[in-house]
Amino acid sequence: MENQNMNLTKEDFVSGQVVKWCPGCGDHAILSAVQNVLPRLGKKKEDIVVVSGIGCSSRFPYYVNTYGFHSIHGRAAAAATGVKLANPNLSVWMITGDGDCTAIGGNHFIHACRRNIDINLILFNNRIYGMTKGQFSPCTFRGTKTKTSPQGTYEDPFNPGELAIGAKATFFARAVDTNPKEMSDIFMEAYNHKGMSVTEVLQNCMIFSNGVHENITGKDVREDMQVKCEHGKPLIFGKDRNKGIVLRGTQLEVVTIGENGITEKDILVHDKTRQDTGIHMMLAHMMPPEFPVAIGVIRDVVAPTFNDSLDEIIANEKANSKINCVDDLLNSGTTWTI
Amino acid sequence: MTGKSKVVELEQVVIRFAGDSGDGMQLTGSLFSDSTAFAGNDFATFPDYPAEIRPPQGTVAGVSGFQVHFGHKPVHSTGDLCDVLVAMNPASIKANMRWLKPGTIIIFDSDSLSDKALEKAGYTSDPTTDGSLNEYKLISAPISALTEEALKDFGMDKKSMLKSKNMFALGIVMYLFNRSLDSVYKYFETKFKGKPQVIEANRTVLDAGFHYADTWELFANTYEVHAAELEKGKYRNITGNTAMAWGLMAAAERSGRQLFLGSYPITPATDILVELTKYKNLNVKAYQAEDEIAGIMSSIGASYAGCLAVTTTSGPGLSLKSEAMGLAVMTELPLVIIDVQRGGPSTGLPTKTEQSDLLQALYGRNGDCPLVVIAAKSSAGCFYAAFEAARLALEHMTPVILLSDGALGNGSEVFKIPTMADMPTIVPPIAKANDLEYAPYRRNPETLVRQWAVPGTEGLRHRVGGLEKENVKGNLSTDPTNHQIMTELREGKIERVANDIPEQEIYGDKNADLLVVSWGGTYGVVRTAVEKLMAEGKSVAHAHFSYIMPLPKNTADVLAGHKKVVVCEMNRGQFAKYLRMNYPEYKYEQFNKVQGLPFTIAELDEKFNDLLK
Repeated sequence: MENQNMNLTKEDFVSGQVVKWCPGCGDHAILSAVQNVLPRLGKKKEDIVVVSGIGCSSRFPYYVNTYGFHSIHGRAAAAATGVKLANPNLSVWMITGDGDCTAIGGNHFIHACRRNIDINLILFNNRIYGMTKGQFSPCTFRGTKTKTSPQGTYEDPFNPGELAIGAKATFFARAVDTNPKEMSDIFMEAYNHKGMSVTEVLQNCMIFSNGVHENITGKDVREDMQVKCEHGKPLIFGKDRNKGIVLRGTQLEVVTIGENGITEKDILVHDKTRQDTGIHMMLAHMMPPEFPVAIGVIRDVVAPTFNDSLDEIIANEKANSKINCVDDLLNSGTTWTI
Repeated sequence: MTGKSKVVELEQVVIRFAGDSGDGMQLTGSLFSDSTAFAGNDFATFPDYPAEIRPPQGTVAGVSGFQVHFGHKPVHSTGDLCDVLVAMNPASIKANMRWLKPGTIIIFDSDSLSDKALEKAGYTSDPTTDGSLNEYKLISAPISALTEEALKDFGMDKKSMLKSKNMFALGIVMYLFNRSLDSVYKYFETKFKGKPQVIEANRTVLDAGFHYADTWELFANTYEVHAAELEKGKYRNITGNTAMAWGLMAAAERSGRQLFLGSYPITPATDILVELTKYKNLNVKAYQAEDEIAGIMSSIGASYAGCLAVTTTSGPGLSLKSEAMGLAVMTELPLVIIDVQRGGPSTGLPTKTEQSDLLQALYGRNGDCPLVVIAAKSSAGCFYAAFEAARLALEHMTPVILLSDGALGNGSEVFKIPTMADMPTIVPPIAKANDLEYAPYRRNPETLVRQWAVPGTEGLRHRVGGLEKENVKGNLSTDPTNHQIMTELREGKIERVANDIPEQEIYGDKNADLLVVSWGGTYGVVRTAVEKLMAEGKSVAHAHFSYIMPLPKNTADVLAGHKKVVVCEMNRGQFAKYLRMNYPEYKYEQFNKVQGLPFTIAELDEKFNDLLK
């Protein structure tokens, strides 16, 4: 896919507008990872469009030197769908946050997943409303005290991966903002997937939910609390690479290799391409402290894309129609002459 | 034709077909209109049906009607009082009493009479015998029984047989107006292709109705309306919603832009979406979104990506689209928003017509948020209104709200088929690749229109969005004076559209005592009422507005010089308020109706005569 002839570099994708995110915000790392991957797509700069909704993350298009469209709260998936349907040759990237995507934009999100429109959605999940200064979002953990939950929230959060897979997404990946190289690789896989790709990035908000992902991304815990999903490889993790995920009955379980007769052969081998959602859903569901969080491409299955299907129907209808212009249409059917 | 009864010539006729929802009255009416087209008459139709698909059987609420107005002279309206009412049950009579006039012929299925049917219709006594229909010519015929009799050799069950009783009624009406049955036969052959038995059964019932009327001499006279004196040319029958869809396709062809429709089903606008999904052969991308907001947002995305983008809706949907319309105003992208108005507020009267979204269309958004508002004036005129809305949107880089209404959308009319080569070319301001001068908000100094830099074009990468932008450059800007400049530029751009629209016409004497003002879908009935008064020598003129924001530049001249100005509209006076605000120097009388039904000529006539006293 990489096109050496264009010789694009990261700098080609820096827009020159002042980046106004807080210093230390995870958004900077995601921006950098996207700018790193865009030159590798083999697409011309003018054939890339970044679409966003509203929130801190959604300022993203202004900072990327491509075509960019900053839409309104929650509606980016609908706008991105329109862009892609209008011109399927465009590589469309959609940037959204946990509030934008799973609260006000929930409807558009699930339907974009279901339709399998070929866009790449990156969901910045900091489990808080940042831009409006610290209200809980649909991804905030139960009991979290925020501006609008002074006694703690009394509702359970969405897990974006379960939501996406439940809504028939054909690609779901998870990344952390502390691992830029891994992020870029995942974005590349997202791009290469034909159809809707959803990548959740666990992103830290320094101001309103600082450390919310620390139990996953912290230097001391990350090896024990992240399991990298690599297609065709066993789900082994841990500082000593001796822990693994097994499927026991209908449930996943964490085991230690070498204990209770467990060998590497018992560890579940990741298959991102299985159509059945069961194991992917369970992997997306895993949370500390019982489980490590699944990172990497959890699901990547082949299915017809909405835009290709529409274009196929159009080509077929054009080839088989006697009506080829509006004049033909106007004069078709029952007419009479005076 | 046996010619037993005398043929009387008429100038114009109004027929209303009424029955229970599910009795097939919409189809019966359509088939009669088709035959009207073949007879060379000018005509207009109006369906009047309940919101429910199968409301309680036999009740007044469940009555579905379809009216056809046809004539030897040009027909502007769908007509009001009926010459003929076809009533398939007692409720159909009850529901339509207000549309009857002395002498109206009522063709009634006498088999529908029963104590239960009368009770359901809310009758305490039988109207066909208690004298309450004495003013009218009641023709009671055992339509159901005769339909069963006609089909007795077809081996059908009773329920299936009775489904055809509407064709028996149609046969009677076809006889009454000396119509050839050929167009109806042709419909059967196309509709039921490959089902010869069904074709034969329908033909048999239709013929039976026709011959029954003849043999039993149901009518003292039959009637004939001569072919209308229409301009030479090729014609077809078209509904407003279909005309709207076709006008959009015409604009796509004349602008070289792909047509994209992002929409969500809503009565009475759904048929535009339904229609456009058929034309993938003409490269139309019609997208049924998950909701109203996704409908308009996908259109805005498609517009950004270079399409002639359209969204269609009705009142409640327009409310949902408000924020997105603001985005289209801010990003200065072309977008056509078609609102087929229905009775409001809220869910209101979904299947009934009204013009009460006007002020919402003009002002229903946050911020100073101007856009172009125009209105369609007739069902066939929807073709040209859609084309014009697309032209203004594309050439002026602005959202345009096009107001239609339920009566226009569902109503049908004779449509003179245009030739695409005669339609104007639409030239949007597409930015050229690698234009070093390009900036997102650099404007044509004359029109204030910005250029359209379509993704995929080399050298024009830029970012737009809902946040305020720096004048010319398009970078984010919260500078206070910049916001004032941009707000005024957006307003000025819309004002300057007035340089690109025709002057307001006045029909009749420009100094007439009474100026009748109307807008949108009321054109036909108001014009007919005005013509009637003119024929009586009354000093009256008519100004019908299709351009609302901005108003034509000569609007003040049109309003000046009359003793009285009356604004007629199907709302509580929204256009009158708008004129009062823009031209406070004149006094405006109002005539308003919000009953979910179009004006009648009689009520307009009465109002105008009062004002002329």
